[in-house]
Amino acid sequence: MDVNLMRSIITTVLFVVFIGIVLWAWSKGRRADFEAAARLPLDDDLAEQQLARDRRVQQ
Amino acid sequence: MQEQSTYNYNVVRQFSIMTVVWGIVGMLVGLFIAAQLIWPELNFASWLSYGRLRPLHTNAVVFAFGGSALFATSYYVVQRTCHARLFCDRLAAFTFWGWQAVIVLAAVTLPMGYTSSKEYAELEWPIDILIALVWVAYAVVFFGTIVKRKTPHIYVANWFFGAFILTVAVLHIVNSAAIPVSLTKSYSAYAGVQDAMVQWWYGHNAVGFFLTAGFLGMMYYFIPKQAGRPVYSYRLSVVHFWSLIFTYMWAGPHHLHYTALPDWAQSIGMLFSLVLLAPSWGGMINGIMTLSGAWHKLRTDPILKFLVVSLSFYGMSTFEGPMMAIKTVNALSHYTDWTVGHVHSGALGWVGMVSIGSLYYLIPRLYGRTEMYSMQLVTLHFWVATIGIVLYIAAMWIAGVMQGLMWRAVNPDGTLTYAFVESVKATYPYYAVRLLGGLLYFSGMLIMAWNVWKTVAGQKAVDMPVTAAAHA
Repeated sequence: MDVNLMRSIITTVLFVVFIGIVLWAWSKGRRADFEAAARLPLDDDLAEQQLARDRRVQQ
Repeated sequence: MQEQSTYNYNVVRQFSIMTVVWGIVGMLVGLFIAAQLIWPELNFASWLSYGRLRPLHTNAVVFAFGGSALFATSYYVVQRTCHARLFCDRLAAFTFWGWQAVIVLAAVTLPMGYTSSKEYAELEWPIDILIALVWVAYAVVFFGTIVKRKTPHIYVANWFFGAFILTVAVLHIVNSAAIPVSLTKSYSAYAGVQDAMVQWWYGHNAVGFFLTAGFLGMMYYFIPKQAGRPVYSYRLSVVHFWSLIFTYMWAGPHHLHYTALPDWAQSIGMLFSLVLLAPSWGGMINGIMTLSGAWHKLRTDPILKFLVVSLSFYGMSTFEGPMMAIKTVNALSHYTDWTVGHVHSGALGWVGMVSIGSLYYLIPRLYGRTEMYSMQLVTLHFWVATIGIVLYIAAMWIAGVMQGLMWRAVNPDGTLTYAFVESVKATYPYYAVRLLGGLLYFSGMLIMAWNVWKTVAGQKAVDMPVTAAAHA
């Protein structure tokens, strides 16, 4: 196969993959998972406050 | 009470402190070479000459200051968002000591004149091998931690850090391929225009992945943390990530407009640079909008000021960059001080301020405190740094456009209106303003160093226990 045809095919496939990623990210099914993921950095704050409270209770 | 394992904060502490140290060293060298452009008499020794110190400045601020900040924050964020201790403490310690060795070797060899003469990749081959070893260890530690994570998701900041680590490994190894002729001298494996293209494929992606993707990882963790709100749109962050990955790799040729590089390659570089505006601004908007509903915090919280202003500079320089990549604009801007101004709006404004803001969040927490010793000094640092950047980039914009216009001016008979030296002479006042701007930014770092010292001195290093599973 001609190398330039290969290159065109790869570029087209990657473009379609990217469109697929955009559609996937905006699909309804992802909403709950994404919300959970977005909470990740903040959730450990709650855990840390809980830990501080536990320590105070123990003392 | 059950025995709990802790996060590995030790390596984070080491890298955090060294970020401040290398920031001061790198910026001091920058000040010195800025002064040399005004007073050439300062080039009094060969090892202190501009040509040798300039790569030392760029290597120190990008790889020593920026690199240490990236190690520190990525190691912290990956542990905190994976609820897992860093994979393999010894390997993590190797990345710290190995990286410091690279920096010291650079600080010795560059002033001695050993260079491969590739911009941002000047270090000679034995140091390049050490960098590759440290980087592979970094990847093992980082991805090893991702593998042992206790959370179902891989938080978006880790995607950015991961892409930065993987891409820089590939870029470094490909671009540094060379044939050694002695311990201190090697020749690039590539020749002619291929060498130039490989170099700027590396060079621009060093900007895109070292100086952007990694720092976007900081943004996606520390802005939500400091604002106390989740990121504005997680789905936008996913698209932001993949669109950056798909487009950045192609932008390098814009460094080679009007050179021997084939015209079609230059045009692709220009086009993809323009496309890059979309993901860059998508990410910036995502970061800034995270503050919606919490804007009042910006008035009182200097850490948020650092983080949000860094995003403003990110937006500015990622607008300026694509414009400068347009061939006709590039014909005016290239080789002038406009480029220097553009780089520093990204480096001081975006990379510097997001790192400083993140460190002000991070450092007290690594020593069992909730706040820096003095938040007033953080505010002072913010204003000194901001005024410094504005002076710096405004001076370089004016100087650059002026140089470009003077160089292209022709008389009716076709001869050049100005000799080169006339443009140098006309630039002097702007060099002085630039030095003043740099001096302000540098004094901000000294304020930070004092504040950090007062924050950590006498404090016990504290390793937080690994966050327990939320559903337990």
